[in-house]
Amino acid sequence: MAESATFRIWRGDTAGGGFQDYTTSVSEGMVVLDAVHQIQAQQAGDLAVRWNCKAGKCGSCSAEVNGNPRLMCMTRLNQLDLSAPVTVEPMRAFPLVRDLVTDVSWNYRAKQGIRPFRARPAGADGTWRMAQVDAERVQEFRKCIECFLCQDVCHVLRDHRMFDDFAGPRHMVYAAALEMNPLDADDRVRDLRARHGIGYCNITKCCTKVCPEGITITDNAIIPLKERVVDRLYDPVTRLLRLLRGGGDV
Amino acid sequence: MPGYDTSEHDVLVIGAGGAGLRAAIEASARGARVGLVCKSLLGKAHTVMAEGGIAAALANVDDRDNWQVHFADTMRGGQYVNNWRMAELHAKEAPDRVRELERWGAVFDRTDDGRILQRNFGGHRYPRLAHVGDRTGLEMIRTLQDHGIHQGIDVHMECTIVRLLKDGGRVTGAFGYERERGRFRVFRAKAIVLATGGIGRAFRITSNSWEYTGDGHTLAYDAGAELMDMEFVQFHPTGMVWPPSVRGILVTEGVRGEGGVLLNSEGRRFMFDDIPENYRSQTADNAEEGWRYTQGDRSARRPPELLTRDHVSRCIMREVRAGRGSPHGGVYLDISWIKSRLPSGAEHIRKKLPSMYHQFKQLADLDITDAPMEVGPTTHYVMGGVRVDGDTQMSSVPGLFAAGECAAGINGANRLGGNSLSDLLVFGKRAGEHAADYAAGRQLGEVPAPEVEESARRALEPFERGTGGEGPYQVQYALQDAMQDLVGIVRNEPEMRRALDVLADLRARAAQVGVGGHREYNPAWHAALDLHNLLTVSEAVTRSAIERQESRGGHFRDDFPEKDPACATFNLVVRRNDDGSMQMSRVPIPRMPDELRRVIEDMK
Ligand SMILES: Cc1cc2nc3c(=O)[nH]c(=O)nc-3n(C[C@H](O)[C@H](O)[C@H](O)COP(=O)(O)OP(=O)(O)OC[C@H]3O[C@@H](n4cnc5c(N)ncnc54)[C@H](O)[C@@H]3O)c2cc1C
Ligand code: SF4
Ligand code: SF4
Ligand code: FES
Repeated sequence: MAESATFRIWRGDTAGGGFQDYTTSVSEGMVVLDAVHQIQAQQAGDLAVRWNCKAGKCGSCSAEVNGNPRLMCMTRLNQLDLSAPVTVEPMRAFPLVRDLVTDVSWNYRAKQGIRPFRARPAGADGTWRMAQVDAERVQEFRKCIECFLCQDVCHVLRDHRMFDDFAGPRHMVYAAALEMNPLDADDRVRDLRARHGIGYCNITKCCTKVCPEGITITDNAIIPLKERVVDRLYDPVTRLLRLLRGGGDV
Repeated sequence: MPGYDTSEHDVLVIGAGGAGLRAAIEASARGARVGLVCKSLLGKAHTVMAEGGIAAALANVDDRDNWQVHFADTMRGGQYVNNWRMAELHAKEAPDRVRELERWGAVFDRTDDGRILQRNFGGHRYPRLAHVGDRTGLEMIRTLQDHGIHQGIDVHMECTIVRLLKDGGRVTGAFGYERERGRFRVFRAKAIVLATGGIGRAFRITSNSWEYTGDGHTLAYDAGAELMDMEFVQFHPTGMVWPPSVRGILVTEGVRGEGGVLLNSEGRRFMFDDIPENYRSQTADNAEEGWRYTQGDRSARRPPELLTRDHVSRCIMREVRAGRGSPHGGVYLDISWIKSRLPSGAEHIRKKLPSMYHQFKQLADLDITDAPMEVGPTTHYVMGGVRVDGDTQMSSVPGLFAAGECAAGINGANRLGGNSLSDLLVFGKRAGEHAADYAAGRQLGEVPAPEVEESARRALEPFERGTGGEGPYQVQYALQDAMQDLVGIVRNEPEMRRALDVLADLRARAAQVGVGGHREYNPAWHAALDLHNLLTVSEAVTRSAIERQESRGGHFRDDFPEKDPACATFNLVVRRNDDGSMQMSRVPIPRMPDELRRVIEDMK
């Protein structure tokens, strides 16, 4: 491994900014977040970055590394080409706060708009029974660490800025976890279409590709939800999809 | 408060991990107007990192379990200097708190008959930890968060409290700054709950995040409250040791619960070599029996890898010092061997320990289903904290409550794995309840303007010195080195005296640090403000550790390597003298009621 590498880090705030190059020493096992911290400690004390766990568990350190949405703490330097500067920039779908930090508060508001879990009545002994297979289906979605990288790449949000109309893939995963929870007694199908904009998703699967938790967002969460919507309401994309798959009974 | 953005609440909760969220939910359910402040974004607190599980005697897997066994296990683990009332309430109430999480949407792993599954963990006699693979903390914090956001709680994210405000003897508010803009904020409240977590960042090798700078401990101490048991710091036996950049990151005890074994460089299972007397009757003396235990054989005793954390950490240190360690200064933890016992072993490991599998694959290029991991002790948890009343969680300062890792009592000299997550729920709820009750009959108190002004002025001093002053990170690193090397896993008086000198020196340096740039989201500035907290808790740990002239639980001294029965009768308490110096006292442990005594005797 090279002894030093150059990081082209975006510096600035809402008033403007640009990339700045920092060269720092690198050693075995380092991740991008280590390099950022080293630069912070040695060269740029006020370089703003969010992080907590440094182990891929909290979803704080999301950024775009060489243009790819990644967790900085899980991106090893030996996976990158260090012969050229490594660019590190904030998530571009969200408003900038400073340097690598963005304002992700919209995500919290969007989630609040989704009907929360409501437990069905418990059994006679005051507890609930659930089969492990049913638990596992929901647990895939509950692995989400709210890094919002999927929101960052979804073109409906990133390019079309439809934040008022579409809750985004993260919240489709959230809704799926609730809808598929065998203990839940509420119903979000109508809301998914009318309020959370599930119809805007055209199944490009970009979200699934970037999810650091490996959640099959599109196939396991969004498509089944779309099918539920179609079964009850009407949604053109799923209809087409079903036709293509040879289903047809829409 | 003129000139400052001011909010008013009945109950202000500082910290949004498991304890803070549970407290906020409870206070709000009791009709209080609740504010919740946290340094990070909601859902990112340390609780999210918890892996193995949450301890509660649900008796779903082994029907011999009940609150009495859990109580006795907790007291034995804590070497009998726990607050027994807290240990009792915790054991009795944890099952209801876990079921409540399920009612709020948590999805735990299941038994064959569809109930909440429980797993083995160190120091727990029966399988007791409700879990979700190895990401239990995420499940817990997300459940509380998703429930809490619909309870009308005002959440102030990325806001750091630097001082509590008092009027007369009573706490009336808090002063802090917002990360994003660097603006100061004043919170007025009738009652305050501290739920700020631990102090792990005072050490170089730690599983803890940047948030763990002992803020709540210091806020309480500065406000005149007492800190107790500060000598008891838990060093978890299994942190990653290689590569250097991940040193300290936790490897869950769940690996050993699933059958993982510890080996030295000679391939020997060294944990069989030293089994403490008081655990001998419960511990397997051969590999076969240990394996059967991990596979749920009720007649088998637990393998020595699942002895308490303090003991396992010291055994690992012993092997390393004797030159039988792994290449990077740890020992081996092998789970891959179970493939020889289970036909689908690799698949089983990936399913039971998914985040460990990924953590090693991604960060160390190692497939744990194929090869052993290298592990060594890492600073993990602080048993010491704000001294509180066991029933109400109120500190000695009226209106000031504390819950979770920043409170002392439940764990005594050593915490059992899984007892933290349950502690957060049981005592988070209690703190929220009693804080709301305390607030109910009262008016908002005055927040003293001169103190606010002084706090603001002091907070801005590092900017005045600018980058001409020493940077805060250098002081922080020096402090971490001193604590790691001089007040770490193995302690003695001369080294700890040296640590006190170093700390005094670092306090002088901390008063001179400077930072550049602006107030908006400026990490160097935040690091500068954290130094006071790190120095305060480090001094409390060191002074308490000097005072306790014996070895017990997480506190081990090579100049007093034995447990001293005379030291089992008191807890050490520190408080701030008017001149700013630290006052130490021994507080006798109240006599345990006969009924609880009998429980402990029966379980021996
Ligand atoms: C890797 C790891 C694995 C673990 N696994 C387990 C396990 O399996 N089982 C178990 O029982 N325990 C486990 N633990 C321990 C347990 O996770 C913690 O003890 C527990 O989560 C602490 O919870 P808390 O609510 O007290 O604090 P935290 O969850 O740490 O929350 C602290 C909160 O306080 C806020 N805060 C701090 N200072 C300030 C300030 N000055 N102003 C405003 N806000 C502030 C923070 O932002 C945060 O929101 C583990 C710990 C680690 C590190
Ligand atoms: S699949 Fe749907 S949600 Fe995912 S990125 Fe594409 S449009 Fe967005
Ligand atoms: S679904 Fe995946 S990418 Fe999206 S927020 Fe959750 S963890 Fe991140
Ligand atoms: S710091 Fe927690 S995911 Fe990167």
